[in-house]
Amino acid sequence: MGMTITEKILAAHSGREQVVPGEIVNAAIDLIVAHDVTTPPAVAMLKKIGIDRVFDPSKILVTPDHFVPNKDIKSAELAKQLREWRIEQGIERYYEIGNHGICHAIAPEQGHVLPGMTIVCGDSHTTTMGALGTFASGVGSTDLAAALATGELWFKVPETMLFELKGRLPFGVYSKDIILYIISKIGVDGARYRAMEYTGDGLASLSMEARFTITNMAIEAGGKSGIMPVDEIAEEYVKARTAQSYTKFYSDEDALYSERFTIDLDQLEPIVALPSLPSNGRFIGEIERVKMDQVYIGSCTNGRIEDLRIAAQILKGQKVANGTRAIVVPATTEIWKTAMREGLLEIFSDAGCVVSTATCGACLGGFMGVLGAEETCLSTTNRNFVGRMGSPKSKVYLASPATAAATAITGTITDPREFLK
Amino acid sequence: MPELPDKLTGYAHVYERDHINTDEIIPARYLNVHDEAELAKYAMEDIDTDFVKRVLPGDIIIAGENFGCGSSREHAIWALRGAGVRVVIAKSYARIFFRNAINNGFVAIECSEGCEVAGTGDHVEVDLAAGRLRNLNNGKEATFVPISDFARELIEDGGLLPHIKKKAGKA
Repeated sequence: MGMTITEKILAAHSGREQVVPGEIVNAAIDLIVAHDVTTPPAVAMLKKIGIDRVFDPSKILVTPDHFVPNKDIKSAELAKQLREWRIEQGIERYYEIGNHGICHAIAPEQGHVLPGMTIVCGDSHTTTMGALGTFASGVGSTDLAAALATGELWFKVPETMLFELKGRLPFGVYSKDIILYIISKIGVDGARYRAMEYTGDGLASLSMEARFTITNMAIEAGGKSGIMPVDEIAEEYVKARTAQSYTKFYSDEDALYSERFTIDLDQLEPIVALPSLPSNGRFIGEIERVKMDQVYIGSCTNGRIEDLRIAAQILKGQKVANGTRAIVVPATTEIWKTAMREGLLEIFSDAGCVVSTATCGACLGGFMGVLGAEETCLSTTNRNFVGRMGSPKSKVYLASPATAAATAITGTITDPREFLK
Repeated sequence: MPELPDKLTGYAHVYERDHINTDEIIPARYLNVHDEAELAKYAMEDIDTDFVKRVLPGDIIIAGENFGCGSSREHAIWALRGAGVRVVIAKSYARIFFRNAINNGFVAIECSEGCEVAGTGDHVEVDLAAGRLRNLNNGKEATFVPISDFARELIEDGGLLPHIKKKAGKA
């Protein structure tokens, strides 16, 4: 019987010829990504049971991202623990402030993610890295600790859902709109426990950056992972960053899928997910032009250079509306520098946006744009749960960077096509 | 760790809503610590501000579908356990939360009719061996798949890592 990419990767990493959904396999882990919030507890757990060495420091990548530059004393302690631990363990792949970035963005950007890998991180948006044909899944601190100690982790082989992307995105519509549309159709638990695999000619039309946005949000549908087959675009991305070799896996023609969906990209329009679930997506023409107190452009979902270019294209020569604040957070230092070289930071600044260093920041209500009670924010992030960006009485709307930029100019939810000429 | 009794009793906190997420269980603004007692002060804060004032050791949360969705933060389990919650009973769970629960030796049970059996404040009994939830106030019952021996062992050992340590010690 045929297997999906996900099944093949899990089989290859657990010494098996064949696996089927539902089976429990113990898989070797190729890359463990560690950040400042969930790693310190994992390290404390290991110390408590007397394990003082990681299995292989060369397979671990460490970057503080959530609450750095340190937002308060307690966060400073977490970042310090992370820093001291990586020195003690001899982990060389470390991105200190000044070179740092949001882990799911910096790991592929710096060439640490290779097709065919198994990747875990104590963070639900680990699924992002599946866009390069990897099995990448978020875990808690205990699983992270187990993986750090042993280099292995057990997984139930997930069923796979197949999403065929057909056609091309219309003008003013982006990959964020695709994934918000899919989640609006299947719900926040529509992919629970399952892998979300993407295919089709529509996928081929998307850049690597655009693809990461789609796999990033697998977890918002409850998915275990998001995955895309490796094609020329993916290989070009990888080869520009590393000379390391890798194995490509492709789903068999007779692979078994638990569900299949076809998404006609030509039919899509800009989408906004209303508070307080990522599945509340509506076409922008169907919703009111609600006033926004804040616009946030950034995160592991939409803080990459292409996102910033799109936002800058709209914001160039414009001004952020009176009564609205706009915050731009490049996802990595490299993206920040590229944005600087391309003049994007100046465009943002001239428009009245604030530009931050890379951080998860306000996406999860940490800092750099936390919301007060009754405040509204249109955000390019991944979640709009109650209290996600601050006060439980605040309201978060999710959309693409283009929609965010257009909204910043008018101060109310705005169709980006009004500004894209 | 002490042996897990077959029957656990406690007061119910019932949230009929689906998709109660980890941002509600423990908001990220408190993730700058991972101490259970500290996290416990803010458990369920964004869904129920009275929860921590009301919750007693041994209490039981009963909820709808996809409990614990969102972030992978294990802090959600630690906050609930720190606050005294002994059991969560939900129609279904988000996978990372469920895995975190098992790994922590925390009792998370899937039961489709929990919300129909009890309301907040009712005294309930969870029979882990028989797979039965019983409202001690009115006798209403619902069933669930009894917990496995493996889950019981993890719970009794205090979670996956202490369990591994124990096994390594025996080897």
